[in-house]
Amino acid sequence: MTDPTPLIDVTEARLHYRVGSAVSAMMGRPAVVKAVDGVSFTLNRGESVGLLGESGCGKTSMGRLLVKLEQATGGSVRFDGEEIATLSGPALRRFRARSQMIFQNPFDAVNPRYSIAKSMAEPLANAGIPKAEWRERIIAALDLVRLSNPAQYLDRYPHQLSGGQLQRVVMARALILQPDFVVADEPVSMLDVSVRAGVLNVFRDVRDRLGLTAIYISHDLALVRYVCERTIVMYLGRVMEDGRTEDIVHRPLHPYSQALVAAVPVPNADQSHAPLPIGRGAPDPRNPPSGCVFRDRCPKAHARCAAESPKLHRVEGRGVACHLFDT
Amino acid sequence: MTEPLLSVQNLSIAYRVGARDILAVSGASFDVPRGSIVGVVGESGCGKTTMARAVTRVIADNARISGGQMLFDGQDLAALSERAMNDLRWRDIAFVPQSAMNSLDPVYRVEYQLHEVLRGRGGLSKAAAQARAVELFEMVGIEASRLRDFPHQFSGGMRQRVAIALALALNPRLIVADEPVTALDVIVQRQILDQLRELQHKLGVSVILVTHDISVVAYICDRTVVMYAGQVVEDAQTGPLLTHPLHPYTMGLKNAFPDLQSAGSGILTPIAGAPPDLANPPTGCRFAARCPFAQDRCRQTPPVAQEPVPGHRVACHRADEAPALRALAARQETWGEMA
Ligand SMILES: Nc1ncnc2c1ncn2[C@@H]1O[C@H](COP(=O)(O)OP(=O)(O)OP(=O)(O)O)[C@@H](O)[C@H]1O
Ligand code: SF4
Ligand SMILES: [Mg+2]
Repeated sequence: MTDPTPLIDVTEARLHYRVGSAVSAMMGRPAVVKAVDGVSFTLNRGESVGLLGESGCGKTSMGRLLVKLEQATGGSVRFDGEEIATLSGPALRRFRARSQMIFQNPFDAVNPRYSIAKSMAEPLANAGIPKAEWRERIIAALDLVRLSNPAQYLDRYPHQLSGGQLQRVVMARALILQPDFVVADEPVSMLDVSVRAGVLNVFRDVRDRLGLTAIYISHDLALVRYVCERTIVMYLGRVMEDGRTEDIVHRPLHPYSQALVAAVPVPNADQSHAPLPIGRGAPDPRNPPSGCVFRDRCPKAHARCAAESPKLHRVEGRGVACHLFDT
Repeated sequence: MTEPLLSVQNLSIAYRVGARDILAVSGASFDVPRGSIVGVVGESGCGKTTMARAVTRVIADNARISGGQMLFDGQDLAALSERAMNDLRWRDIAFVPQSAMNSLDPVYRVEYQLHEVLRGRGGLSKAAAQARAVELFEMVGIEASRLRDFPHQFSGGMRQRVAIALALALNPRLIVADEPVTALDVIVQRQILDQLRELQHKLGVSVILVTHDISVVAYICDRTVVMYAGQVVEDAQTGPLLTHPLHPYTMGLKNAFPDLQSAGSGILTPIAGAPPDLANPPTGCRFAARCPFAQDRCRQTPPVAQEPVPGHRVACHRADEAPALRALAARQETWGEMA
């Protein structure tokens, strides 16, 4: 972890999905969804960053872009110095082994008809690991995620595991090739509360032990805060704020971050019930407003916000994309 | 009018599966004071939905209310004929089912579904139903112009609002809402909770709110009922319940939740192990196998509910030691290795 160059370098990344027909385009209806629209950030080796935002803000698309499950339609994503868009052959296979994604629903992530051993062997087979090593590596990976007596799980099927156990298996599978980089997309949202804490603890522990660089995707700042020292707040495909999680928790600067922080419920009866500082409605990625994409829900919007898209201003050691901080 | 709107007493419900009975709810008691929001919390499978549905008497075919009473304004819902119960549904007691978001019929416009309740159940004229539908949409914060949309044209949060509008249609006195904000983003979640609270204030309706999230009860519920393995283990005003829990399970549940107001990022402590098999629950305290404070008597005899503080009920043999146990429960070592 002494290498000072960033592991991930994202510049003006775009992921525009084409939707609708040519006819609807001619009728003036937008034919693209700008899931990711000009996002830039770097990730240092060993750093954990939360991608925070509401559904439809592009956080999952951004995650998929980073592990090349999706091809950027613009801008660049460099992994360890290499542009991932053009990777192929052995270089692509190496990249696939080094970067992994953990999905929201563990039951979707594995084939229900495969035993745990068979699911776990898939990435080993793809990476050309000799069969003789499989069992040992599978057991080591299951052990890493703190499944006690790992051998007992090998012949079981997904439905014979609890959600928490299965999510750990999925995590173990993502880690089995010893990746450098992991994207975890709401990995505990489908799990029962009593097991969430266990899975989160395992995630933190494994990341620290392996020195992983990680992205943790969630709409809940309380969870992101538990896992990541830095947070990137996204809204409609763009970065709104990028800074230390503690700073964002205690003093969010962007109006959208302020709403997100205020919305997090706390397990404490004595809390503010003030109305959220955000307009109703849901972000519509097919039809974002002009200028600042947040302006139609922003309590502080002013004339300039409709006319001009704000840049990411440097404020108090973080980036804030809001005209109020253009000083 | 100090009499509670609903008083559930010693309620037991079992599911028949093959030759086995799953004791989903065992001897549960709690009250819903008039005009209050009562939260029911606990982990998956503890019987929250079963208990909530029992109040509406919309229970599965293989379920049976095997004992107890549910006194709604003095009349026992458990003993009502299906017909009499049917008269109460929607008019007096309305239900927002778990994942109500997906429970709207996809092939009908939402307006039609509202009309079904308003005209079919409430006997309103077409014109009156139309006016009421507009009013209901306004109440839950959706533009009336969207009444003619199909469910798939709404976001998850809006569908949840529609489900609440449906429940409010005939001005019920009690709404039973099962996980109404689970699976929604924090912002939408908060907006819906605010809406629910506002409606409750304005209309004086009482609410039973089932959730697994203690942050949600903390935000909105006046009282909270904690369930474990089919039993009510603690029941109190939400404030004291969270600051001075008397039951070890409640203490453990609190530790497992991230708290944005806490100083550091803290350490979340899961409760190791899993709930018991409800077809064959243990004889003593059902939480004993996971409780760091369990003693021999806990494994032998079931604890009886007591009320050590007025309005605060708990079922634990060691309830009188609660302050000392709370201090221990705050320490991670107490709960063992990360589970
Ligand atoms: N129709 C059914 N037949 C048999 N068992 C059932 C049936 N419905 C529920 N159960 C069982 O009854 C117990 C209580 O279930 P219930 O759905 O009430 O729990 P819950 O607390 O609402 O859980 P969740 O948080 O997952 O919604 C569980 O053990 C469950 O598996
Ligand atoms: S009765 Fe005993 S086992 Fe049960 S919660 Fe109390 S101390 Fe724990
Ligand atoms: Mg339920």
